[in-house]
Amino acid sequence: MLNNISLIAANELRRLFKSPLAWIILAIVQFLLAIFFYLFLSQYMQPSSSTSGLTEQVVSGMYQISGVIMLLVSPLLTMRLITEERRLGTIKLLISSPISITELVLGKYVGITAFYCVMLLMISLMPASLMLGTQLDLGQIASGLIGVFLLMSAFAAIGLFISSLTNSPAVAAISTFGVLFLLWIINIAGTNASENMAALFSYLSLLKHYTNLLTGVFNSTDVLFYIIVSVFFIILSIWRLDAERTYG
Amino acid sequence: MKSEILISVQALSRFYGQQRAIENVSFDVHRGEILGFLGPNGAGKSTTMQIICGVLAANHGSVTIVGHDINLTPRLAKQHIGFLPEQPPLYNDLTVDEYLQYAAKLRGIKKESLNNAVGRTKQRCGLQNSGSRLIQNLSKGYKQRVGIAQAIIHSPSVIILDEPTSGLDPIQIREIRELMRELAEDHSVILSTHILSEVQSLCDRVLIINQGSIVLDQSLAELQEAANKPDSIEISLRTPPAVEALLGIDGVASVQSITEDTLHIHFDKAVNPTNNIIEKALADNWGLYKLNPGNTSLEAVFMRLTHSDSSLLEQDEAEAC
Repeated sequence: MLNNISLIAANELRRLFKSPLAWIILAIVQFLLAIFFYLFLSQYMQPSSSTSGLTEQVVSGMYQISGVIMLLVSPLLTMRLITEERRLGTIKLLISSPISITELVLGKYVGITAFYCVMLLMISLMPASLMLGTQLDLGQIASGLIGVFLLMSAFAAIGLFISSLTNSPAVAAISTFGVLFLLWIINIAGTNASENMAALFSYLSLLKHYTNLLTGVFNSTDVLFYIIVSVFFIILSIWRLDAERTYG
Repeated sequence: MKSEILISVQALSRFYGQQRAIENVSFDVHRGEILGFLGPNGAGKSTTMQIICGVLAANHGSVTIVGHDINLTPRLAKQHIGFLPEQPPLYNDLTVDEYLQYAAKLRGIKKESLNNAVGRTKQRCGLQNSGSRLIQNLSKGYKQRVGIAQAIIHSPSVIILDEPTSGLDPIQIREIRELMRELAEDHSVILSTHILSEVQSLCDRVLIINQGSIVLDQSLAELQEAANKPDSIEISLRTPPAVEALLGIDGVASVQSITEDTLHIHFDKAVNPTNNIIEKALADNWGLYKLNPGNTSLEAVFMRLTHSDSSLLEQDEAEAC
């Protein structure tokens, strides 16, 4: 089981890094975040603005922006997960091999999350460079890192599921973007609603749980929320691919 | 004595929505047998093959591979399957070596024997010098070879090839045929094709499928035997007589004019009046200048069984009258 999952994940990673897309995305994300890093840092350096600490302002700010950028970039990375296997016909190779659909889906998911980890590592190098000159609140950084990681894995699971629904990468990318964006801003929809509805909407929002973690509040409900979202969409993907054998 | 049954297909049916793809398809394939799967486009060949490999699920019926049911114990059953779909399942951005290694690992080949398996398969498929080439840069024929290579890399008991020789040049086709004969020594091979001569030169058994049902399941030896006993001849005469004169000959069932001076004569197989016809032609001075035995080759059988063209039906009816 684990063997097969890591085999598929490794192949996914290898093929990602063989395509220019992965490299370009890594480069652009790094470049954009470098600009934000510089902005946050120079803001902090101004004498008038020291209301919050360095970690709060620069590191958490960076992770906050990373979330938004990932929202834009993630659909481009997840769109080809299943659609491309279908287009190339390699899905038949995978399904006629002695691996289960669960292993296939989990392998894909692990592969793409591993790529997100690489990305996260690259992003974190910038705030980490501050440690050369000053002290950072490592607890808050860890909490923020966990937050970004959980957010990205939720993005990956949603993208994986939507990719399993269609044959066209473009359709998958646009739909994934729509869904992610909706889940991101759904708490705004609740602002004019009744108190209960507002609570529900803001609870469903991917953003709200994320903000908690960024500010260093490690609440197990927030962590569970992302895990449940990921597991839910992974199970849906497995069902979807399994049903395709019968109805596709 | 028949050898062990490796593939057993029982009463398979599959629908795409309301559309029937195949219905009640049953057959067995023994070890060492090459089964040729024939049928017009859209007859259900690919669907059947995909169901055997577990890529599609059947609505009814069961498939057993080397004693393992494909639905109940897929992992065990699929270990014995090598499948080449119509479109070879290739990752264009990998090299041949990388791809074959991945395919081998997917099929559960251990690390120790990996290089061995890849090397042997490359040699078998004529890919020795293409190992480090990117698949997307290969020609169609070479892609097809890589596709065949991934299907046989784990020496499966059951090899299923959907149109394996499409896109290959004649020399490659011959090589692939030899390879398949070699493989069939201790495996079962099912292959689908449009090329009838391929079936004749390669297969032990022919299965013709039309509109989702099996219309013929015969060994090639039986077919050859039938071909040696024709039930019609085609004669060309300079001064053809009236049809009645021919019908008068003992055993002649029907006569059909193809052109002005060429006639197609059907007769009772048991009697075979060819000799009488020739004698009569000489005696009455019909000017016989050409005589061909009737066409009972695989092609004729195939055309008869699969053609639902109205023109051909009319012709059949005319013949029956």
